[in-house]
Amino acid sequence: MELLSGADMLIRSLEAEGVEQIFGYPGGSVLHIYDALYRHKTVEHFLVRHEQAAAHMADGYARATGKVGVVLATSGPGATNTITGIATAYMDSIPMVILSGQVPGHLVGEDAFQETDMLGVSRPVVKHSFAVKCASEIPETIKKAFYIASTGRKGPVLIDLPKNVTNPADLFEYTKPEKVVMRSYNPVSRGHAGQIKKAVDEIMRAKRPIIYSGGGVVQGNSSDLLVQLVEKLGCPITCTLMGLGAYPGDAKQSVGMLGMHGTYEANMAMHNADVIIAIGARFDDRVTNNPAKFCTEATIIHIDIDPASISKTITADIPIVGSVQQVLGDMLGQLGRTKDSVDAEALEAWWARIEEWRGKQCLSYDVPVGEKMKPQQVVETLWKVTNGDAYVTSDVGQHQMFTAQYYKFKRPRQWINSGGLGTMGFGLPAAMGVQVACPDKTVVCVTGEGSIQMNIQELSTCLQYRLPVKIININNQALGMVKQWQDMQYDKRHSHSYMESLPDFVKLVEAYGHVGMRVDDFADLEAAMEECFALKDRLVFMDIYVDPNEHVYPMSIAGESMKDMILSKTERT
Amino acid sequence: MRRIISILMENEPGALSRIVGLFSQRGYNIDTLTVAPTDDETLSRLTLTTRGDDRKIEQITKQLNKLIEVAKLVDLSEGAHVERELMLVKLKASGVQRAEIKRTVDIFRGQIIDVTPALYTVQLVGDSAKLDAFVDSIGGASVVEVVRSGVSGIGRGDKVLAL
Repeated sequence: MELLSGADMLIRSLEAEGVEQIFGYPGGSVLHIYDALYRHKTVEHFLVRHEQAAAHMADGYARATGKVGVVLATSGPGATNTITGIATAYMDSIPMVILSGQVPGHLVGEDAFQETDMLGVSRPVVKHSFAVKCASEIPETIKKAFYIASTGRKGPVLIDLPKNVTNPADLFEYTKPEKVVMRSYNPVSRGHAGQIKKAVDEIMRAKRPIIYSGGGVVQGNSSDLLVQLVEKLGCPITCTLMGLGAYPGDAKQSVGMLGMHGTYEANMAMHNADVIIAIGARFDDRVTNNPAKFCTEATIIHIDIDPASISKTITADIPIVGSVQQVLGDMLGQLGRTKDSVDAEALEAWWARIEEWRGKQCLSYDVPVGEKMKPQQVVETLWKVTNGDAYVTSDVGQHQMFTAQYYKFKRPRQWINSGGLGTMGFGLPAAMGVQVACPDKTVVCVTGEGSIQMNIQELSTCLQYRLPVKIININNQALGMVKQWQDMQYDKRHSHSYMESLPDFVKLVEAYGHVGMRVDDFADLEAAMEECFALKDRLVFMDIYVDPNEHVYPMSIAGESMKDMILSKTERT
Repeated sequence: MRRIISILMENEPGALSRIVGLFSQRGYNIDTLTVAPTDDETLSRLTLTTRGDDRKIEQITKQLNKLIEVAKLVDLSEGAHVERELMLVKLKASGVQRAEIKRTVDIFRGQIIDVTPALYTVQLVGDSAKLDAFVDSIGGASVVEVVRSGVSGIGRGDKVLAL
């Protein structure tokens, strides 16, 4: 029998879950836990400069590895600062465990110093949460939290830990729980064989099929099966913002991203398809545009692990609830056995139409001589200099869309962005989490001068832990996406979308102990980027000044169908 | 359309707030709500009534099922079921009214459970429509105070909601 304090049990339980790194910030309610971290030295802790960044770091770490990201924050403001990070992870179904300190149990409810009802505050943005009442509950609670976070549709799980339960003076018997049993949580479900058969039959009859693949394929580690399916069916594939990289973006059958800023060919192919095979995607409003006008011709096959995602916005004709991995595996098995084959002639005609749409070259852009470089050029140069091989995180706005459109991601987990919540300030800490997980890899944060200032204090954390993240700041001196909408819908009234009095970013990053570069001319860009990426062990911040008036196109016309797009400042479909 | 959703859930702190929170968060309405532990004290039975078309109700039940503490649930209104609600109502009862109110209570098979010279307190059990009908027949002018428990329900015949 082993007697341990709650704090020691906590560390031991994290070890038992295979946790090697956690992200956090100390404070009164978690001092016992920090002392245990100091004594055990088995779990590496990264000290951020703001708790929001701890949550985004854990999130980036989880997205890059598939492991559960762990956050530790103190009660009150420490915990509430993580909320945006938790909500970000929740919207994108990222496995995360948040350990939030709480005032001692006898003070709960008395408006004690640094007390917040964190269970209440976090409730709408967590998959589940626990309040620990007694230290002896810690091992089992940790085990349950990791189990819930990492199974089914993944998501963040919060554990509220009153200070008294981690008290080093109170010792309890520690036994490592072997497995969790939760009668009311049974996430493992097999896709119904009959439904899969129906789907396969429908696919065999299809004349204009398309695969619409989402973040579930990435989170469900099923990219290899997806590639096999695409090959087998010979049909086009489009990926959502969250699904990019699950299928190589530069492969012939890829028609690029779909949705609000998707390619012309992807949105046209969706609109004209007769069978849509949706895999781990959730028919988000940024994809479907007006649900009433969404792909009215198509039979919709929808594979998802979350039954609530099926027929939520768009009714599925053939719903299949199950893990993407299992369903695609079974589907490929059935396809291998069936005597039917795809209608090659129809498929050829389908591809001819797609090639026509592709011929429009919707991502081409003008580069007027003697004017400022275009943001698209920055992303294309980045792709070239990094051989399309880097881990790329982004913040939110025009630069995010340009990166999604122009950086052709090759593999899953390579592209890390806040898709559902759209969190500005996500990019840098997420990149730091990726760099912690993959110390030898090139990690880039593509950002803008608006987003980067939402968590710029983390440059200090980067110095402390020598995280050589490369920051590509696409500086258009405006909140670009806001300004774009104001250009288009508010007669160019740029209400609060300017970033006047920008800092000198080069001096700023130098003050933080890093390398800064400023680029104004496209002619200098590639050489400067080569120089940046050659500095393997340094954080380099590239402040790149671009055309402040560029817009992201294509762009869907609000309230219409997928085929209705604005293609440039002067052209519509 | 009015629906009665009956939920078997873990009897744990926070479970109820998660269910109620889900409704406000997703813009659904709760008309009535009643909850209490079952014979197995680790489980609670919660019954709520809400309104919506099939699509909305399907989404509500799916979202409820996703909550970790929800063990099982059933939409009672999908099949044959019994529903009951308890009402305690305080009524002005003086003069000639007094006998008339007593007669109406009898017709509705209610019970007068407390009496003062000017008031009757009536207990009435039935489905929600019956309780509404009683209040209507008494007439608003006589009603002093109404307390309703919210709907409880159970499936008819062999249908059982249990683990």
